[in-house]
Amino acid sequence: MSDYSVHLLEVVRRLLRALDPVLLLVLLTLMGYALVIMGSASPERLDSQLLHGAIALMTMWVVAAIPPQRLLGMALPLYLLGTVLLVGVDLFGEVSKGARRWLDIGVTRIQPSELMKIAMPLMLAWFFQQREGRIGLREFIVAGLMLVVPVGLILVQPDLGTSVLVAAAGFYVIFFAGLSWKLIVPVALVGIVGIGSIVAFGDTICQPDVDWKVMREYQKHRVCTLLDPTQDPLGKGFHIIQSTIAIGSGGITGKGWQNGTQTHLSFLPERHTDFIFAVLSEEFGLVGTLVLLATYLLLLVRGFHIALVAPTLGTRLLGGAITMIFFTYAFVNMGMVSGILPVVGVPLPFISYGGTALVTLCLGVGILMSIQRSRISKQT
Amino acid sequence: MAEFRTPDQDSARFRRRVAVAALFVLVCFGLLALRFYYLQVKRHDYYLTRAEDNRIALLPTVPKRGTIVDRNGVVLARNYAAYTLEITPSRVGDLEATIDGLSEIVPIEPRDRRRFRKILEESRNFDSVPIRTRLSDEEVARFVAQRYRFPGVEVQARLFRDYPLGATASHIIGYIGRINQRDVDRIEERGETANYRGSEYIGKAGLEQSYEAELHGQTGFEQVEVNAGGRAVRALARSPAVPGSDLELTLDIELQKVAEAAFGKRRGALVAIEPETGGVLALVSTPTFDPNLFVEGISTQDWKELNDSPDHPLLNRAIFSAYPPGSTFKPFMALAGLTTGKRTLGYAMADPGYFNFGGHRFMDDRVGGHGMVDIHKSIVVSCNTFYYQLANDLGIDAIAGFMGPLGFGARTGIDLPGEAEGVLPSPEWKRKRFRKAELQRWYGGETISVGIGQGYNAYTPVQLANALAAVVNDGKLFRPHLVRNVLDAHGVKRPVAPEPLRTISLNPAHVAAVRSAMVDVNKSGTGARAFRGAPYEVGGKTGTAQVFSLKGGKYVEGRVSERLRDHSWFIAYAPADKPKIALAVLVENGGFGAQSAAPIARRVIDYHLLKSRADQPADEDADAVESDE
Repeated sequence: MSDYSVHLLEVVRRLLRALDPVLLLVLLTLMGYALVIMGSASPERLDSQLLHGAIALMTMWVVAAIPPQRLLGMALPLYLLGTVLLVGVDLFGEVSKGARRWLDIGVTRIQPSELMKIAMPLMLAWFFQQREGRIGLREFIVAGLMLVVPVGLILVQPDLGTSVLVAAAGFYVIFFAGLSWKLIVPVALVGIVGIGSIVAFGDTICQPDVDWKVMREYQKHRVCTLLDPTQDPLGKGFHIIQSTIAIGSGGITGKGWQNGTQTHLSFLPERHTDFIFAVLSEEFGLVGTLVLLATYLLLLVRGFHIALVAPTLGTRLLGGAITMIFFTYAFVNMGMVSGILPVVGVPLPFISYGGTALVTLCLGVGILMSIQRSRISKQT
Repeated sequence: MAEFRTPDQDSARFRRRVAVAALFVLVCFGLLALRFYYLQVKRHDYYLTRAEDNRIALLPTVPKRGTIVDRNGVVLARNYAAYTLEITPSRVGDLEATIDGLSEIVPIEPRDRRRFRKILEESRNFDSVPIRTRLSDEEVARFVAQRYRFPGVEVQARLFRDYPLGATASHIIGYIGRINQRDVDRIEERGETANYRGSEYIGKAGLEQSYEAELHGQTGFEQVEVNAGGRAVRALARSPAVPGSDLELTLDIELQKVAEAAFGKRRGALVAIEPETGGVLALVSTPTFDPNLFVEGISTQDWKELNDSPDHPLLNRAIFSAYPPGSTFKPFMALAGLTTGKRTLGYAMADPGYFNFGGHRFMDDRVGGHGMVDIHKSIVVSCNTFYYQLANDLGIDAIAGFMGPLGFGARTGIDLPGEAEGVLPSPEWKRKRFRKAELQRWYGGETISVGIGQGYNAYTPVQLANALAAVVNDGKLFRPHLVRNVLDAHGVKRPVAPEPLRTISLNPAHVAAVRSAMVDVNKSGTGARAFRGAPYEVGGKTGTAQVFSLKGGKYVEGRVSERLRDHSWFIAYAPADKPKIALAVLVENGGFGAQSAAPIARRVIDYHLLKSRADQPADEDADAVESDE
């Protein structure tokens, strides 16, 4: 064999080794499921969904082939770049649907908040790894600051959904890094009491003339709609009512593929993106939803496993955080579509139509694979 | 106070944290699973119903409205299909621009736009609203060629109501019009809301109104699957509409035409009834109007013209206007006298030409009186004095007691909307009518006026015609009716049976005496000129209703303005021995009854019995008639 072909073989072997079979199987199951559902919800988008999937898988593969330490090494530049771009968005971004989320960089338009979903956990994991053995309150305060700045920048765009996801991503790293329960419990309590009181006094604070100050009008509207969807049955509440009807009417076995009336008679909003879960529930019933839930659970179990056996602090934190990000996507989306969480723009991971989100998520899977591979190569 | 830890400690802590996170994940997924179980199993039925409600809509199929034909099958009201140009506002962005664009293809008048805006205000956004009706084939073709330019604009074939005879019999047929809020409330009250879903028109006047329930029919429904935008996607099931029933009238439209023509330009009313059944043969109120104006919403100008006219063409005088009956009341008074025994067939009195009562002298028309007057002569020459005396002898209670059962002062119950009661005066009526104590009192002198059909007396033409029909039909009083048969959509003919209201017990000898006198009215009395040469025997009586009371002065026709002239009455029945027709004619401000009303009656009876008709209106060609009422 020539040197060249030996080299090529080595590259292929490295690439193949990079793929974690369990994660790949779960991922392909989810993406296959997505194609089936898309074939009903929006068949004309099948082609581009396939294309998105291919790009996302390639991205995943490439990332998986990169050693995790190199990935962590990119954390600071990515984080800084992301933060600068976010400032740029807030200053010069394009306004679309009442929010400033896109930045035109001449060649194309980019959404820097999407970058932050990965850059944030990467940055914090890298940071804690740098401070390994010396992690104290000061480190947590610094980490907290690194978390708050980009989240704040995203929140003022305003983009509640992404800021929740980025905040969660950062928080998970901090949580896994061992933030004292003494600090977690009060924050959780404040959160529970806050949400509890919003629910309890929903009627009063949802009066049109009450200004919430900390939230945008549309965010207040989302929370209030969740509290009482019937208040606004043809506006935002219409989405929740119609998606609950779609889910409930699906029953145990569903109405069958392409037979969902809520879906096909356009009662369901955003049926190929944020509300695609309702399509699945309507057409495949409880069986279909539980299959999805189980598949996600498998993904999470594998993610946790990878994190647990990861060789370094940075990879552990990163692995745990990425796994929890997948969970957050899934829980927030299904919770919102089934009417137990407010409507925030979070897609159903690996299922919803949309290339950016899919690439970001597969990038996460790639990182998990990279961590898993680093352990194998260490053992061998 | 930084707490430094060894990597091992860190690793153990990390595992604990992952355990906590995994627990949290399980709890959250458990919550989701519970939520799905709740929605998809526990509440499945509820949500399935909601989904079906979303999906399935009932679209009404509007039934074809029943037609109206006369007794010989001549069509009086029908439907015809025509093309309309309709706009669905919810599918059109800029309405004005669309209409402007359309007006370049088919003519759209300002009144079309006005009507469109009016209908638009009353309709829901996804209803289609007509911008032009009755498109010609050429207009349809022109639009269809350019249709692609106008999304949300469509040509529809729709049924329109048409009254082919125009203004003829318009007060009987009435008209339909677009359903307005008042109609909606009424429909709701009757619990008919479901049956009127999709209906745009409702009967607003005449038979179209009174037989609305029969004519409308049963709305059908099409069960369709609709999308979120309310558009029908496919049909699931349908129950067809049941067309409205057709009405076949007792009316003879040719007779009606003859009668209307006989009035010429004069205002008045005529009611002709078949005594044996109570069926109405003709019912005229002049002037008439064109009911077609109302169907698609009458224009402001047309409405003003009709509503502000001093001739009140929309008023149905035959059933709504009450007039003093004048001397046409005398045959009924004669019967009252005979029936109560206050007068006998052999009774006669000397007429001095006046009657004194309570210091007032009631005058007869003929100075010096008519000499000896019995029942027969009193009717033939229309002797006032005889009836002054009779009214006084009877007293007001006995008069009211006899006239009430004949239907005077009460609605006859004719199958037309908006009938008036009229006034049958009595002390009791006066007490109810007036508030002030001094006005409530009944004066003896008032009884005297009532005796000759003046004073408080006020009856509608239909009451007078129906009372006459009862008298010549052995006292059998029917509810007058215009509809003879109702033919439902399945071809079943439901006859409207003559509905006898009551039978007034009359002595045949008394009736015969009065009838023979009425025949002589037209032979030698006040109606003789109008019926000169008639090849049949006819009973009748002229009458004059005072409009304007000249205190003391003599009434000279030429000196009073036209509107203050007396109303002219004529009642008649023919043939005299076995009457097929009984009628009452009123000509407003027509002067003496023999002068203008009797010739109209002659024309009508001539046509009804002989099928002969005159070409010109029965003008006041009888001005040489004796004025000796």
